[in-house]
Amino acid sequence: MDWLYILMPIAGVKIFWPGLIILGVGVGIIGGFFGLGGAWMVTPGLNMLGFPMAFAIGTDIAHMAGKSLISTMRHGKFGNVDYKLGLIMLVGTIIGFEVGAQMVMWLERIGSVEKVVRWIYIALLALIAWMVFHDVFKRKAKARAAAAKGETLDATATGIEWHKTLHKIKIPPMVHLKAAGIYCSAWLPIIVSFLTGWLAGILGIGGGLIRMPALIYLIGCPTHVAVGTDLFEVAISGLYGALTYTYKGRTELVAAMIMLVGAAMGAQVGAVATKYIKGYGIRIAFGLAVIGCAISILMKLVQPWLPQFKKMLDIGATALILGLVSLMSLYIFIRMVQGVREELRRKQQSA
Amino acid sequence: MQWFWRTVPALILFAPGLSLAAGGGGAPMVIVADTRKLDGILAWWGNMYNESHLQFAILTIIIIPVTGVLFGIVADIVMGWIGIDLKTRELAED
Repeated sequence: MDWLYILMPIAGVKIFWPGLIILGVGVGIIGGFFGLGGAWMVTPGLNMLGFPMAFAIGTDIAHMAGKSLISTMRHGKFGNVDYKLGLIMLVGTIIGFEVGAQMVMWLERIGSVEKVVRWIYIALLALIAWMVFHDVFKRKAKARAAAAKGETLDATATGIEWHKTLHKIKIPPMVHLKAAGIYCSAWLPIIVSFLTGWLAGILGIGGGLIRMPALIYLIGCPTHVAVGTDLFEVAISGLYGALTYTYKGRTELVAAMIMLVGAAMGAQVGAVATKYIKGYGIRIAFGLAVIGCAISILMKLVQPWLPQFKKMLDIGATALILGLVSLMSLYIFIRMVQGVREELRRKQQSA
Repeated sequence: MQWFWRTVPALILFAPGLSLAAGGGGAPMVIVADTRKLDGILAWWGNMYNESHLQFAILTIIIIPVTGVLFGIVADIVMGWIGIDLKTRELAED
């Protein structure tokens, strides 16, 4: 079975290449659907396949840039991308990302990179999962209250409305973001993007995991526009991330290209699936994925305290992350096929 | 607004240096690719990594977007052929 393994020329490790393709397809579908690069799944995934953490981060960012570009092209055609917002946020993202990436280099030098990165992941994933489900329950409560009065809640109404408070801050220059339907201070997206970029740089991700909910809850984008705009950001910041990590010598392009083959197909499926699923469907699926990811990382983190269960926890974490990617991808793929069939049927009827 | 357009690019240019200064001491880790076990394109790739990280980085960020765009165009052709409407979608939360 030696042919199933390929030697990575830079990292010097032998990697199970079908694992790279599976990871690529899965994360391509999920990324195109949620508007993420998917590093929160791929970085631990690559680490589990045998890459050292710094190489897992760099390789993932490289593949993410290519895959997100494919998804952005698709979302752009649907009108899901607010390019003006994306470009404004890019400023904060790039500065924040570089600060974060330098911190990773420093953490690597003092030998704490793996531990620190994993703990930040856990805290962040827990916060995001809470935010998503708090929002879902709040919207349901609003819908129930409206129903009790005999009214129907507006189709675009949301649960959490923090963005409305933030939009009241009128520090110039003010910007009108057409595709997102927002009028706010330019400093809001700049500050939000700096913070999300800094965290992304530390975690070695494109930032979509943090920026997608930030676009929804802090900036006030509709879910579909948040997905598309975020992918535009991920593609550009991912390219910058690929440059900086590659220049620091932590990218394995051979692995990135193998993953890109799978991710290219998956990214198209995920992006087209958003056409057939409503905003809260995307939000709930996103929240579930975040919870699964947090549990798998936690299983790796508790190993030093439970050495007798190390092997079991290792297998469990790998199975959970691969199972999660497979189930989510399968769900999105099925919904996409159903949606396409329905669309084609309607087209035939009207012809 | 002029100060804004001067400050922002300056910040982008100097941020790496500033953050490096904040990163503190310690020697940076140097990784060398072992090209003795490699041949063909992999050996060439590994050697380029050892000789110049800059060349290696530039080539990497050219190859990735080009591959992405190529796959995107192929998928466009396939989906258009299936008959999927790739230009409209309904914007609704629920």
